[in-house]
Amino acid sequence: MSSTDVTHHAPEEHGHDHDHGEHGPAKGLMRWVTTTNHKDIGTLYLWFSLIMFFIGGAMALIIRAELFQPGIQIVDPMFFNSMTTMHAIVMIFGVVMPAFVGLANWMIPMMIGAPDMALPRLNNWSFWIMPFAFTIMLSTLFMDSGGPAGGWTLYPPLVLQMGDSFAFVIFAIHFLGISSVMGSINIVATIFNMRPPGMTFMKMPMFVWTWLITAYLLIATIPVFAGAVTMLLTDRFFGTSFFSAAGGGDPVMFQHIFWFFGHPEVYILILPAFGIVSSIIPTFARKPLFGYDSMVYATASIAFLSFIVWAHHMFTTGMPLAGELFFMFSTMMISVPTGVKVFNWVATMWRGSMSFETPMLFAIGFVIMFTIGGLSGLMLAITPADIQYHDTYFVVAHFHYVLVPGAIYSLMAATYYWLPKWTGNMYDEKLGKLHFWISTVFVNVLFFPMHFVGLAGMPRRIPDYSLQFADWNMIATIGAFGFGFSQLMFVYIIVKCIRGGEKATAEVWEGARGLEWTVDSPAPYHTFETAPTIQPATITR
Amino acid sequence: MTSSVSRWALLSLVLLMLPLGAWADWGALNMPRGVTQISNEVYTLHMRIFYVCVAIGVAVFGVMIVSMYLHRKSRGVKPADFHESTTVEIVWTVVPLIILIAMAIPAARVLIKMEDFSDSEMSIKVTGYQWRWQYEYLDSGVSFYSQLDAAHNQARQQGADVDLAKAFPGTSFHGEEDVYLRQVDNELVVPVGKKIRFLHTAADVIHSWWVEDLAVKKDAIPGFINENWALIEKPGIYRGKCAELCGRDHGFMPIVVRAVPQEEFDTWIADKKVAMAANAAQADRQWAHQQLVANGKQVYEANCMSCHQAEGQGIPGMFPAIAGSDVATGNIDTHVDTVMNGVAGTMMSKFSQVLSDADIAAVITYQRNAFGNDTGDTVQPLHIKSLRMGLSTDKGADLPGKVASMPALNSNTGVN
Repeated sequence: MSSTDVTHHAPEEHGHDHDHGEHGPAKGLMRWVTTTNHKDIGTLYLWFSLIMFFIGGAMALIIRAELFQPGIQIVDPMFFNSMTTMHAIVMIFGVVMPAFVGLANWMIPMMIGAPDMALPRLNNWSFWIMPFAFTIMLSTLFMDSGGPAGGWTLYPPLVLQMGDSFAFVIFAIHFLGISSVMGSINIVATIFNMRPPGMTFMKMPMFVWTWLITAYLLIATIPVFAGAVTMLLTDRFFGTSFFSAAGGGDPVMFQHIFWFFGHPEVYILILPAFGIVSSIIPTFARKPLFGYDSMVYATASIAFLSFIVWAHHMFTTGMPLAGELFFMFSTMMISVPTGVKVFNWVATMWRGSMSFETPMLFAIGFVIMFTIGGLSGLMLAITPADIQYHDTYFVVAHFHYVLVPGAIYSLMAATYYWLPKWTGNMYDEKLGKLHFWISTVFVNVLFFPMHFVGLAGMPRRIPDYSLQFADWNMIATIGAFGFGFSQLMFVYIIVKCIRGGEKATAEVWEGARGLEWTVDSPAPYHTFETAPTIQPATITR
Repeated sequence: MTSSVSRWALLSLVLLMLPLGAWADWGALNMPRGVTQISNEVYTLHMRIFYVCVAIGVAVFGVMIVSMYLHRKSRGVKPADFHESTTVEIVWTVVPLIILIAMAIPAARVLIKMEDFSDSEMSIKVTGYQWRWQYEYLDSGVSFYSQLDAAHNQARQQGADVDLAKAFPGTSFHGEEDVYLRQVDNELVVPVGKKIRFLHTAADVIHSWWVEDLAVKKDAIPGFINENWALIEKPGIYRGKCAELCGRDHGFMPIVVRAVPQEEFDTWIADKKVAMAANAAQADRQWAHQQLVANGKQVYEANCMSCHQAEGQGIPGMFPAIAGSDVATGNIDTHVDTVMNGVAGTMMSKFSQVLSDADIAAVITYQRNAFGNDTGDTVQPLHIKSLRMGLSTDKGADLPGKVASMPALNSNTGVN
């Protein structure tokens, strides 16, 4: 391990008797349990989310297998509902969010020139809560009363019909929320306090900016969600009637509270992706990011708008006309800053000198397919049309386009982009490109037909469908299995890269800029123990 | 082999044609125009925003593709160094804003029309249950339940054949074999040319009443009443579904609206009234045990089987077994109470509202004599009827078909 040869000077003011001289990683399993190193914790987050990606993916394949043809062939409708619910919970809280936190852990200190995260022990805790929380969550599938089957949105009164395993679901959600909030506090504290002199806010890489804003979204909304699920818990077990009309409550109130969390949540799932793509495209276009300032402002605007659009998920619940008009207009507004981001990426590419290594392929795939998802989002904003689209496969197509070839592609781009920095080895470029092309073909075979069946009238969350939807569902299932199994390539490429390969230079990519490319590959166990000197002319992004 | 190749060729052709919007007329791929003025206006909005999206997509992706071709390192291009332009930023903020305003105005206009419930000529109350709909014609008092047709209910059981013609040889499906999961036992019959106001509510969980051809989708929320309206211009059969996840059988809650000329509608209402009276009289006579068991089997298959399973074995942990259960072999009163009033906090719903006296008596008799529960008990419809009368004096109105019995505590429509 080259990381052990980093010399470290113990701070003089620490009079403790433990050994400060040896700061390589500890050996064995306890290294990972007790670690407070941002790189170790980042690695743990990333492996965790990769494992969860295959668990959530297996659930998706059960769903698609049942939908391969009309009729009920494989699973009971109740279990089918559990699968759609759990697939969403796993993919949102177990894959995309932890993966972004893992990248934040690895990259933010290195990008801003900090030695570690501001709160390293909190950092350890915020990771180690997650495996336990998910063990509890997934264990409900093996309990008598089954896993949650009312959709990840947990709408009452349906969710309150769940058996006693409901308490485990709420408990797990609380712990996932605590983990997210702690991780966010850590990121905010790091970005505010750990920047070396000269690293001004407007010099921070876009990934750092997007994560700073994301962390605020998390801190603002997770407690709201925690409140909502606690009210569900007391309604279910302690006789309250927050969401029951029979006791003077209102089931729709839950939806308002939930989506006040839920809509910012979808930006939590995409803003760090914007940051990743804003790092990758300039590198491979060999040209600085176009409109950095407007990118920062656009991100902040999206975050602000995300708090005032929540009821566009609820246009059929019978809101007053004034409410429907307000939420239609505010939702349409979101496409303006989002458009600015897409146009800036295209302008960054324009008259660059592009090469198309795997990270760039995934980043361009992201821009194109995220935009397709964004455009169907604009269609969904038109309320009269949304009343037709709502709760159909058109919506399923929309959010899978922004989340799979959106968020997930950004994660794959990030992995290929920084893998040489993490491991010191180049990954297999040929296999990486093959992984991109196979994934891209299948992801479209999987999700594009969902637009058609949705418009033609297929509701979401149904285990069986009438015959006019049969052809496109069969095609989507073929795409699902193709996409799912091609992700085994991703694991193979990562493992192969860890085990060896062409040695990576410190800069790795010809056009790479930023502080993380000034340290060796693999990055030493401790980096920037002495703050780097950042002159006004130093390029940090 | 050749045919499958050509099918794939056709598929790729379809995919290639996507950006052209040339498939707008292919019913199976796009939103139907529908049969009301509103549904046509919604369709127009949908197509307009779709073309706007296609135009934006062609422009953005076009520039990207040109750039990816021209500005590649392999062509020896030297990168430019520009990275800012306030003018360009302003342009691509303002232009989308103008497009949005141009879209928002017609959208708001249609939305305002959709939310105008005034001057309706008749009202139908639609109540969602797990998993059926109740329709109450408030002007004539006609009321009935509508659920998935029995043959379709058989076909959708695990491992069954969905080809109805094959599964039920010799049965006529009125030439509509392809309506798997889209057929109900009792259709909602409405007149054409009349502004019909729908009032939506639910008895258990949230449902959503959606008929795409009418561009009508509104959540049915327990304890609240939502409004909606439709004016159907063309006679015909319009099929819909429950759109909001409502539990195990959410996918099996179809809607069928039959729009007919006014005279035909009037006749239908009159016939329905006669049938309702005859049905009520069923409760007043003594039934033979065998008849109750035979009827009870049908009621069981339509209402109980999806949870409690074909052999009454249930699903352990989720749906209790009926075979050999304490309820179905013990005290009759407990059994009757469970069926009529449901079990609070579980998926066992209150069947007193959904089933007639004769049906409740039949299904209880059946359950107590099937699946090895050979109790030999008989429950007569009169017994249920007398219980119901008792209920109505003890706990307030609980009679089926009475609007007053609905759990409508509030109205969030703001029209009272």
